[in-house]
This record gives sequence, C-alpha cells and structure tokens, in this order.
Amino acid sequence: MELSGAQILIEGLKREGVEYIFGVNGGAAMPIFDALYSEPDIKLIPMRHEQGASHAADGYARVTGDVGVALATSGPGATNLVTGIATAYMDSIPMVAITGQVFTHYIGSDAFQECDVIGVTRPICKHSYLIKSNNEIADVVAEAFHIAKTGKPGPVIIDIAKDAQIHETLFQYPESVDIRGYKPQIHGDPAQIAKAAELIKEAKRPMLYAGGGVVLANASEELRKLTFNTQIPITVTLMGLGAFPETHPLAMEMPGMHGSCCANYAFTDADLVVAIGARFDDRVTGDLSKFAPNAKKIHIDIDASCIGKNVPVDVPIVGDAKSVLTELNKLVGPTDIDPWRAQIQEWKQKYPFEYEQKGDKVMPQYVIEQIYKHYSDAIVVADVGQHQMWAAQYFKFTEPRQWLNSGGLGTMGFSLPAAIGAQLGCPDKTVVNINGDGSYIMTIQELVPAVTMKLPLKVFIINNMYLGMVRQWQELFHGKRYSAVDYHDNPDFALLAEAFGATGLRVEHPEDVEPALQKAKGINEGPVVIDFIVDEEENVFPMVPAGAGLGDVIRGLS
Amino acid sequence: MNSEERHIFSVLVENRFGVLARVAGLFSGRGFNIDSLNVAETHDKGISHITLVTHGDAQIIDQIYQHLNRLIDVIEVTDLSTGTHVERELVLIKVAIDDPQKRTEVLQVAEVFRGRVIDMKPASLVLEITGDEGKLKAAIDIFNTYGILELSRTGKVAMLRGSEK
Ligand SMILES: Cc1ncc(C[n+]2csc(CCOP(=O)(O)OP(=O)(O)O)c2C)c(N)n1
Ligand SMILES: [Mg+2]
Repeated sequence: MELSGAQILIEGLKREGVEYIFGVNGGAAMPIFDALYSEPDIKLIPMRHEQGASHAADGYARVTGDVGVALATSGPGATNLVTGIATAYMDSIPMVAITGQVFTHYIGSDAFQECDVIGVTRPICKHSYLIKSNNEIADVVAEAFHIAKTGKPGPVIIDIAKDAQIHETLFQYPESVDIRGYKPQIHGDPAQIAKAAELIKEAKRPMLYAGGGVVLANASEELRKLTFNTQIPITVTLMGLGAFPETHPLAMEMPGMHGSCCANYAFTDADLVVAIGARFDDRVTGDLSKFAPNAKKIHIDIDASCIGKNVPVDVPIVGDAKSVLTELNKLVGPTDIDPWRAQIQEWKQKYPFEYEQKGDKVMPQYVIEQIYKHYSDAIVVADVGQHQMWAAQYFKFTEPRQWLNSGGLGTMGFSLPAAIGAQLGCPDKTVVNINGDGSYIMTIQELVPAVTMKLPLKVFIINNMYLGMVRQWQELFHGKRYSAVDYHDNPDFALLAEAFGATGLRVEHPEDVEPALQKAKGINEGPVVIDFIVDEEENVFPMVPAGAGLGDVIRGLS
Repeated sequence: MNSEERHIFSVLVENRFGVLARVAGLFSGRGFNIDSLNVAETHDKGISHITLVTHGDAQIIDQIYQHLNRLIDVIEVTDLSTGTHVERELVLIKVAIDDPQKRTEVLQVAEVFRGRVIDMKPASLVLEITGDEGKLKAAIDIFNTYGILELSRTGKVAMLRGSEK
C-alpha cells in the first residue's frame, strides 16, 4: 500500500513506540499534523509555543528514559524549537525534533518561512537529517531514534520538505539499524577497570563523584551497590540528584558552586576521585588549578571526548556506566578508610545547608523544606535561578529521574512545559514544578495545555520579585547595582492562574505555607499555582565565587 | 604552555551533503585551527576522504580526534602523525615572464623540481609541481624571486604506508 510521506513518518514513530508528540502547527508541517488528526495511537499535544513543545518532549524523555518528540513548522516554528533542542543537547536527553521544511524546489531561495534548520542546529544536536524525498523517511526515522537513545543520548533533528510529506510511496520500515560511523562503546576495557579497582583499594581518602550519566544509563542500582560495598562517601551532581539517596549517611550531597561544603572540602582533600557519568563541569570544579589537587582521577564516561577535557585523568574508562559499574563491583569490597569517613561526617554535621529566619518573612528555603515534607515522593521539575539551587539543596532526592532541571544550558522557562511532559510520562506520580517569578513568565503560556488536559500539576512559584540569581551576583560583585532584575511589575500570579482556568493561591506569611501546600494536594482536577511571596533579597549559600577554588567556599552563616 | 604540534588527520566520511560543514563546524565552534583541508570522493562513491592538517597541544589534538570520531557521518579517523605515512601536495604556480632569458631560467628551475609546464602565454607560464611540504616551500621561495602572479595549492593528501593498515 502506498502512503504519503507524512503517514510514513507517523507509521515510523509508532514503530518506535511514540505515545506523545508535542507541537505547534504551521504551513510546512500541515501534512504531518493532518496525518496525526486521525491517528489513534499517538496523542498530539498542542503546546502554545514551540519552545514549550521541545521542553515538554524533553521532560517526557527525562522521566521515562524514552525518546521525546517535538514537532514544528519551518522557519519561525523551527527557530522557536532551538532553545529546547540546545537544552536537551547540553543535558544529553534523547529527543527527536521534527520540522517541516519548504518545498524542495524552494529550498535555498529565501522562500516564505524558509530557514536552514540543519545549519542553525548543527552545533546543538547529536545529528540531523534534511529529507527531500519520501523514500528516505522510514530509514531516517529508524536511524534518528537509534542515534537519539543510544550511546550518549541527545536530540536528533529531522527536517522534511513539504513535498516529501505529501507524495506517496511504499512503506517499508527497516528491521534494524546499522550505521558504520556510529558504534557506541558500551563495555569498558577490563584492564582499565582492574586498574580502577586497584586504586580504589589503595586509596585512603577516596570519594565517588556521580553525575547525570548515571541517571541516563539507568545505573543507579549499580552505583548504590558500589557505594554500599565500598562504603566510600559519595557526592552526586545537580544533574544526577536522586541517583543515590541523599538521605544516606555516605551522601555528601551536591558539589560545586552552590554545593555542600562537605563535598567541596572532600574534593580538596581526597586522594582519589572516581567520576562516573560526570564531566568535571566548571560549576562543579571551580578553579581547575585548585581542584582535587591531591587526588588521582578515575573517569568513567560513555563519551571519550569528555574524558580529560577539563581535568587530566589517571584511569580513563570509556563505556556505559551500567556496564562498567557492574564489572567494577565484582572487583571491589569494603575499604579501610575510617578516619576519612569520620572527617566527612564531621564536615557534614558542622556545615549543613542552613539559613536564617528573617522576621516574619517567608523564607524561600523554608518553602522548599515544606514542599519536601509534603511531597517527598513527587517528581520535582525546577527552573533556573536561586530557587533551583534551593530546591537542589533542601529537597532530599532519593530516586533517579525524580529531579529534572536544565543543568547544562540553564534555560529559564524550562520547567513548566517540562513538567507537562513529565506528568504525561508519569501519569500516576505527583509532579511538582518549583519555579521562579522570572522563569515562570518566560513560558507561562503553557499553563493553557495543562489546564486543557486537566493535569494536576503543582506549580509552586518562589516569588522574590527579582531575577534573584542575577540580583545576588549584582549584590556581591556589582556594588548592588540592580540593573534590569527588578520584577515587582509582574502580574499577580494567583489571579493570573485563575484567568488561565487553573487554581491560584497566594501565600505571604510563613504560617500559611503548610496549609496552602496541603490544600494543593486536594486539587487534582487541573493545575494549582501557589505564588509564594518570599524574602526578596535572600542569597544562595554556600557559594564558591566564580574563579575561586572549592576550598574557598563562602559558607554563609557558619 | 604545552608545545604545539602539527598533525595530519585522515578522515573517512559518508559522502553526503553537509558532512564538510559538520567537520568544519567542529573546528570553528571550538576555536581549533585548520591549516589545510582536502576533500574528495574515494574509489567507493559512498565514502569521501578528508585530509586535514591542524596544530595544537596534545590535549587539543586528542579533543580533535575524539570529536571527529563522535560525528555520526565520520566512519574512521586516523592520526597519521602517529605512524609513518606518505604525503603529497600539488601546487599550480603562474610565473611572470617578461623576456626569453627569464623564460629559459624558469624552465630550468622547474626542471629541478620536476615541475611540468601546463600552460604557456607570451607573458606568463603555469607550472604544476607535486611534492611534500619542504619541496613545495623551496619551489615557491625560488619562483617568488621571478614574480609569482597566482598560486593555488590543493592542501595535503596523505595516507599511512603499506603495512600499517
Ligand atoms: C533564558 C535565560 N535568560 C537569562 C538567564 C540568566 N539568568 C540565570 S538565573 C536568572 C534569574 C532567574 O530568575 P527567577 O526565575 O525569578 O529565579 P530566582 O533566581 O529569582 O529564584 C537569570 C536571568 C537564563 N539562565 N536563561
Ligand atoms: Mg525570582
């Protein structure tokens, strides 16, 4: 039977197990939207902005581990997707972004709504395809999904000319995919793994440093096993939170710029750092010349180009975290490092995350603590800014894929649409969106599909009436010159939520925090938005100032 | 500062549109340098061969190697500088000729470099010379003294010696 290119695309997506497509319609993608109109197996979620579509696909992928799919028209539709694609790329999220393209005979002529999407997205995607003939569609879809979800995952773009969507041809889906230039290395070199085991046995002050790669590789079990077997203290990065339970005594919590003093001091004193699916990001290491100066480094990563990029490594192991940890676990046992563990406990006790209650202000950290108390099992989707850091600090994550945030690109506006994707991916879970007043209004329009679908999202705005994180830097490093960060002119978010058809609540006093959170629990017929009016000039501590070493962390209170 | 070294990469890629942009973009996006670049089809129509000359310290060279490998359309990357290899480059040189005496001299010099005359006009001639970097440099230096009107070189092509692959 002959099918149109658009139908072939949809058939391919079905073979790949796609449940949802997040998109915004437009001229060059109309045949695809038309094919979806009568498609029972794939639900089309119309978002209000293409950025929302790409973040929603991303959020869906982060909670399920499956490939998220976003769809947009050519030109402005495609360029609107770009921020979401870049966000997914930086955090290695499996995604397929489909864009309509102008008719083949118009390509290159500056036609109406023409944009060289392949050119624009080249540095922010894992791979991309421009399809000019419907004969290519089936193979490309199979390849795109294979590339997006294997190896180090990432977004893949499929740009399809409108005529290729319309013309009919025979549908034949490839049985398997074999790309000669793409063979991700799964298994680590046994000799290197043995070397790593030796170093772990010899070390007196070892630490584990796990990142988002552990979550992506579904290697959380293996990581826990390694930690429990060796009893080596562990720090998990912003991208990996939940890979190891933060409630465990060996957990040193998050490292880096706003990480725990314990983790940062541990790096500074350690004699061995075992990095697993973490990439020595500058927000983690601080000044590289002062980073873990006494430590040998073992680096396990699926991406060879990540190893040795920022920090010289003694034992590089290229491979999938799950596979490598499984092998490593066979070679290591309990370690004899009591004094080091005692030192870690001392730092942990001495320097916990802490804040000061100011008068009768609602302290942002208090709100997070209460969210944790009332929603400890929820999936938490944070936006970008101070509230993100407080959420990472004060919510104690215990499961992988429980914490979603744009750690790599730091994209404001990520969280609300990502929460929509997360809720669709995990319909039985409570999804809490911790947002900032600045970030929220960047993609606030996505409240519309959330209301339409009656998603029971808990949208909690930590409203300090500022672009708080930037204001903090201005306060500390720019002589309090608060240039373009004052958001007191924002609308009343509770009223606005009502106008959107959601439930809106406003909290201005500490004693109202818990009752509001309780009340939100009972509202499940659609999103509830709580606008927490918090202390305006609270800062995030601890803080390693940009360019300083981790040992020079400013502790804040103590 | 680590010392910088010149490396020649031999890169086999899928013969598709956009591949060169991906390779070039990898360099421009990371601030790595391309000293010369040569691309052409191989005996297999589906595969193109890129010879790429670049320089950098050991860490940068490693990054270039890894990032080339990471591209989906890249089939194989070899750093030729780690083995013994052969390399050649071809240059076309248009030399100004203003009198017969000079023409004779230029032709004699061309002979020394085993150059071939591929075009001759009353006031100029075009020479083709093939060789490694050192030979081409020597030839260009000499012809410069006669007056080079135009010069075009292919960039290096290179491969490992017989037994090494
Ligand atoms: C799209 C985008 N623009 C600008 C920034 C720079 N930036 C980082 S944090 C931040 C402030 C975020 O404000 P808000 O959402 O209110 O969070 P807060 O820091 O106040 O908790 C800004 C502007 C960014 N990360 N993303
Ligand atoms: Mg704010």
